[in-house]
Amino acid sequence: MFFTYFGQYLLLLKSVFKRPEKWRMYWKEIIHEMNEIGVGSLGLIGIISTFVGAVMTMQIAFQLVSDLIPSSVIGQINRDSSILELSPTITALVLAGKVGSSISSQIGSMRVTEQIDALEIMGINAPGYLILPKILAGITMIPALVVISIFLALTGGLIGGALSGAVTPVDYINGITDGFIGYTVAVALVKAFVFGFIITSVSAFKGFYVRGGALEVGQASTRGVVISCIAILAVDYVVTSLML
Amino acid sequence: MIEIQNIHKSFGDNHVLRGIDAKFEAGKISLIIGGSGSGKSTLLKCMVGLHAPEQGKVLYHGEDFTRMNFEDRIPIRKEIGMLFQNSALFDSMTVEQNIIFPLDMFTEMSRSEKVDRANFCLERVNLAGRNKLYPAELSGGMKKRVGIARAISMSPKYLFVDEPNSGLDPETAILIDELIAELTAEYQCTTVVVTHDMNSVMGIGDYILFLYKGQKWWEGSNKDIAHTDVKELNNFVFASRFMKAAKERL
Repeated sequence: MFFTYFGQYLLLLKSVFKRPEKWRMYWKEIIHEMNEIGVGSLGLIGIISTFVGAVMTMQIAFQLVSDLIPSSVIGQINRDSSILELSPTITALVLAGKVGSSISSQIGSMRVTEQIDALEIMGINAPGYLILPKILAGITMIPALVVISIFLALTGGLIGGALSGAVTPVDYINGITDGFIGYTVAVALVKAFVFGFIITSVSAFKGFYVRGGALEVGQASTRGVVISCIAILAVDYVVTSLML
Repeated sequence: MIEIQNIHKSFGDNHVLRGIDAKFEAGKISLIIGGSGSGKSTLLKCMVGLHAPEQGKVLYHGEDFTRMNFEDRIPIRKEIGMLFQNSALFDSMTVEQNIIFPLDMFTEMSRSEKVDRANFCLERVNLAGRNKLYPAELSGGMKKRVGIARAISMSPKYLFVDEPNSGLDPETAILIDELIAELTAEYQCTTVVVTHDMNSVMGIGDYILFLYKGQKWWEGSNKDIAHTDVKELNNFVFASRFMKAAKERL
């Protein structure tokens, strides 16, 4: 069963990456999807990242109660955790729910209302026209969202630490700047790129092959989110073990 | 002209089409009729390439459509217009954008030329001035007419229509039938309509193909259908008391 679906997924991807009929039409869709995925998710990612950063700072401070450990370490731990794991993974899991379900249900609805059949009859490569712009928007906007998420998580940590008295702003800023390794951001961006591809392609795949009606569209959307989340966590492990 | 030869199609153990042969002439309206589950829509989908038949050929002016790959089919697909049962308009686009969409994809027309063409198609289906409405703002009959306008935007040589009258009141259904007849004459296209509406059968059926249990059971014109003694066809066409009484008067 797994291999049947995986084979079907690969065949769909082959159709997705065929040469577009008219780049201008695809470009319009790419910009639209970038706006939907990127700008449309900015508020949610901003709120989540800020609070996660603030909570992380307080929890790290709680666990490091010792006169032997300088409080700037709190900033260092928060920085590395946010860059390497929390921002890419939490952003991806949240987007799998928000963007992934939207993609599955949008494409699934088009399938059950014969809109995809209409595209195919016109001679348009439906997988390419519907899915390629979403994948391109996903692999560009999700890394951008992760960068913003990292910045906001660190800012949230600063605010949380200052408000709770867990760490002073000066110590915290010393912590996040001390011993910073740029490579960790590269790891985060690689993760975000792969997660962006998984979220958009898996959700689109589940929507594209829906059969039935509204009930099946909902089920496909749920399955798309579940599979994306599991794939994100598995790929997170693989990328981490390969790059660190 | 479209010719289908020995079309077989199954879904699992369900053998839906069992060797259908037929010829659909240009400039004429051909109707595919039959009861629910007789294979009408499946045959239509095999003809337009949405289903791949296991056996048989679909020939567009002698060219075997079934053996072509996606790229080779594109020139023929550009000459196909199709109206779906539920219209299949793109929800996210306005009426005008729906009609312009195939022109955007496949022509190098300027923006004003495309808008002019959209206006012409909308006037043709009596929906002038509805350019900026979204499909959700249209009634069932208006959606069908926008679907027809989109289907004719590329001046099709082949027009396929799936259940054009389903869900419409009798008056609107007749208007849609008349529109299909006018467009077929205007574009001299090969028109294939799947229907089980008896008004359509009697009104516009130049050629009628009756399917029964996945087989071609009868073919003829709307003039022949009243005088046939094929039991299954009579049971289908003259199912209602009104139609039975009408037949007896003939």
